[in-house]
Amino acid sequence: MQNRTEPVIIVKNMVKKFGDFVANDNLNFEVYQGEIFGFLGANGAGKTTAIRILCGLSSPTSGKMRVAGYDVYHQAELIKQNIGYMSQKFSLYEDLTVYENIRFYGSIYKMKTSERKARTEEMLKKLGLTAYENRRIGDLPLGWKQKLAFSIAILHNPKIVFLDEPTGGVDPITRRQFWNLIYEAVEKGITVFVTTHYMDEAEYCDRVSIMAEGKIVALDTPINLKKSYNASNMDEVFLKIAR
Amino acid sequence: MRTLVYILQKEFIQIFRNKAMLPVIFVMPLVQMLILVFAATNELTHVNIAIVDQDHSSSSRNLITEINGNPFFRVKQNNAPNEAVDLLMRNKIDIALVIPQKFEKDLINTKATDVQILVDAINGTAAQLSYGYLSNIISSYNRGILINSPQIQSMKNIVIKPGYWYNPQLNFKYYMAPGILVVLVTVIGMLLGGMNLVREKELGTIEQINVTPIKKWQFIAGKLLPFLVIGLFDLAFGLFIARITFQIPMRGSFFLLFGMAAIYLFLVLSSGLFISTISSTQQQATFVSFFMLIVFILMSGLFTPVESMPDWAQKLDYANPLYYFVKIMRSVLLKGSGFFEIFNEFAALSVFAFLMFGLAIFMYRKTS
Amino acid sequence: MNRFRAFLKKEFYHIFRDPRTLIILFGIPIAQLLLFGYVMTNEIRDVKIAIVDHSRDDLSKRLTQKILSSGFFKLATVPASEDDYERLFKSNKIKEIIIIENDFAFHLINKGKAEIQVIADASDPNTAQLLVNYTTAIANDFVKDEFLKGQNPPGINIKSRMLFNENLRDAYNFIPGLIAVILMLISAMMTAITIAREKETGTMEVLLASPLKPIQIILGKVTPYMILSIINALMILVIGIFIFKVPVIGSLALLLGEILLYIFLALTLGIMISTFVSTQLTALAISGFALMLPSILLSGFIFPIKNMPVPLQYLANLMPPRWFVEINRTVMLKGGGLDVVWPNTLILLGMSVLFILISIKKFKIRLQ
Repeated sequence: MQNRTEPVIIVKNMVKKFGDFVANDNLNFEVYQGEIFGFLGANGAGKTTAIRILCGLSSPTSGKMRVAGYDVYHQAELIKQNIGYMSQKFSLYEDLTVYENIRFYGSIYKMKTSERKARTEEMLKKLGLTAYENRRIGDLPLGWKQKLAFSIAILHNPKIVFLDEPTGGVDPITRRQFWNLIYEAVEKGITVFVTTHYMDEAEYCDRVSIMAEGKIVALDTPINLKKSYNASNMDEVFLKIAR
Repeated sequence: MRTLVYILQKEFIQIFRNKAMLPVIFVMPLVQMLILVFAATNELTHVNIAIVDQDHSSSSRNLITEINGNPFFRVKQNNAPNEAVDLLMRNKIDIALVIPQKFEKDLINTKATDVQILVDAINGTAAQLSYGYLSNIISSYNRGILINSPQIQSMKNIVIKPGYWYNPQLNFKYYMAPGILVVLVTVIGMLLGGMNLVREKELGTIEQINVTPIKKWQFIAGKLLPFLVIGLFDLAFGLFIARITFQIPMRGSFFLLFGMAAIYLFLVLSSGLFISTISSTQQQATFVSFFMLIVFILMSGLFTPVESMPDWAQKLDYANPLYYFVKIMRSVLLKGSGFFEIFNEFAALSVFAFLMFGLAIFMYRKTS
Repeated sequence: MNRFRAFLKKEFYHIFRDPRTLIILFGIPIAQLLLFGYVMTNEIRDVKIAIVDHSRDDLSKRLTQKILSSGFFKLATVPASEDDYERLFKSNKIKEIIIIENDFAFHLINKGKAEIQVIADASDPNTAQLLVNYTTAIANDFVKDEFLKGQNPPGINIKSRMLFNENLRDAYNFIPGLIAVILMLISAMMTAITIAREKETGTMEVLLASPLKPIQIILGKVTPYMILSIINALMILVIGIFIFKVPVIGSLALLLGEILLYIFLALTLGIMISTFVSTQLTALAISGFALMLPSILLSGFIFPIKNMPVPLQYLANLMPPRWFVEINRTVMLKGGGLDVVWPNTLILLGMSVLFILISIKKFKIRLQ
């Protein structure tokens, strides 16, 4: 459900420099509550840098950014309480079991034990992983790990969940199942900010921004983008922009 | 607070599931106590001596018998001084005694007679000690002979009565083992703590943690406390091994000992964390730490006394935590020193630990 | 040949661009030289003691004066009472207490014998013994000065000669051994690591598939470290000779020859280790554990081997450094020639051949 009047992420003139290299060059955009916002671009375009800044993992060089209603410079810790995050390495602890991972993260997000247990049971049932609660993450196949990582990232019902290339290395069917999870999360009111270099995944987003060489070169719904660039799919859009 | 408990739970689970860490925790104390302590000894077990008897008198033979009778000395006899020097050169003997021709004659006439002792002095300490042993035997033999001659009655003599406190058997292991325990605890702290941090960084789980609302102090405590506990455990284990293999004295208060060890470990672990936050790669951090560790160990007074070091080195040691902890270990274990007697060392360690911990917390950034 | 030269150049770049390697290659040798040349010594100097003079007569005062002006001892404090002794030792304020009995002068002059108690803190047994020996020597000297006008008393007098290291300088003991340690570090450990690195990153396969012959690859990897080892060995020798005044009494040519042989052995050892491991970390761990530790502990570098328990002595005999350190000391400090060190030389040669054979065999297995 979208609410166009309530931006949960506000980015104004965001710049990030590493020495002389400009990774993010004056980015401007807003993300609205309940959106699936896609952050596309080739490798090295600056996507990961941007997402890390919005999550409070990295400090920007300049610009005004607010996430979940808090300022990125001074209120990073408050931001962290209200977001979820899943990175390319979807770092669940491999040597811990499903249950142990959930218990750990649950306690960090200050979930009450009863609440955590209830949501865990629900989540595992939905994923069909109830039997695997005491299995080590390292022993699970990649597709399950990804779905699990996502579910744990939203277990504490954050306002926004940031996904940094979440579906690398799995087959298209598993990717589709992952995106079903994303839709379900959106239905619950969670905003999803996802970066990817799979152009077909761009079709699943409400709006998409395309980055190249540190700048945003396009920002619109997939439908509009295909119309503007006279393309039949997002792949073509991207190729035409990159030229 | 509850969060901290869960964090610690997670850390301990990970440590015990890590196949590389468990052997280190249990094997290292064994290796260090059993091999290191036994190898690192300056204690003379025996001295190889060649005696050149140029007198062949009953007096000279009696002296040789005295020396032979001492289990410390292994005697090779031969007849020419240059042969003795040759043996010294070929590393076959450590010390040579030359008894001159008029030995007995001079003694009977209560005149002075010179015996020559040649020592392989490359290892200065060993040389002085073996010289000391030999000259003691000769002196007491001397006194025995002269005791009856009238002229000698008017001789003056200062008799030294030595007392060796805290280690009357002069067991070198008692000196080394506390120091090696310090090395053990230090290496465990740095190695395990370091390994842990490296793994996290490589797996990317540190990012996952930094993006949560976990508080800095909670994260750091989670990294420090488990290894503090393990370090103390290893100290106990090492002490136990030392006790049953060579009966290391344990005179002081255990409470004091482990309390000091906790402060020391706190310091070591905080330093490790601090170094890793200021290094660009973890490999670099491990590297720098071990390099500094070697220097600190050598200067700590573990192998050679700090008081023998040049003044500039002694001054540098004021910043060496191992220096303080080795001193504490030796004093508490061997002499039973109490809190007030090691107060200076305690104060130094505490200040350092406090500083390092503060630095580690300050430097660790969840946002880079 | 051009290919080989290009490969060689790349290897040198690797080395000089990596700050860690540079630290190992130059920082560590220099640091060790400083430490072992200046810092690690057992020299007795200004040791803090207490003197309790129950007599306080002319003679005892003069004795005290002689003790304190020897340069070996320094008066730290006067104990309040006998109960104070323990506290002083336990808080490490003093290392020795000298107690002069009542009526010292009277006993010495009239009874011919006076007693002095010397209590030493034997938690450091070597220092304690040395302190007692020095005190005894000073006391005997005192008697000679006071009553015999410096003449030798009748009876046995000991003339000692400290051979090969007249001034008992610890540098003489350490520098020859240090060469062994550093060469093992550079030639063996670094070689093992660099070859392992190629295997780990997969570039070894690439190299093997290239026109470079395997022997060229190995030579290319090994040559830089050989050159650096020679430079390092020479550096240590030069510094040892000119700064620490360690002599080279024997043939310099022989010494250099043996050093080259040892470098060769260490290189073959490094190559052999690399055939057994697949990652740098393993290479580091094995080299550290199986090479460096024995080089330092079991080579006679610091601790004399003959004092170790017999099983450890056998273990030491399996280690190349043990034989090389002996060669070094014998040639440099004792002037021994090939006629003395040929057994060691033969052993080192034999070991190198063994390592080469094992390496070739392992390499062939791998290729199959």
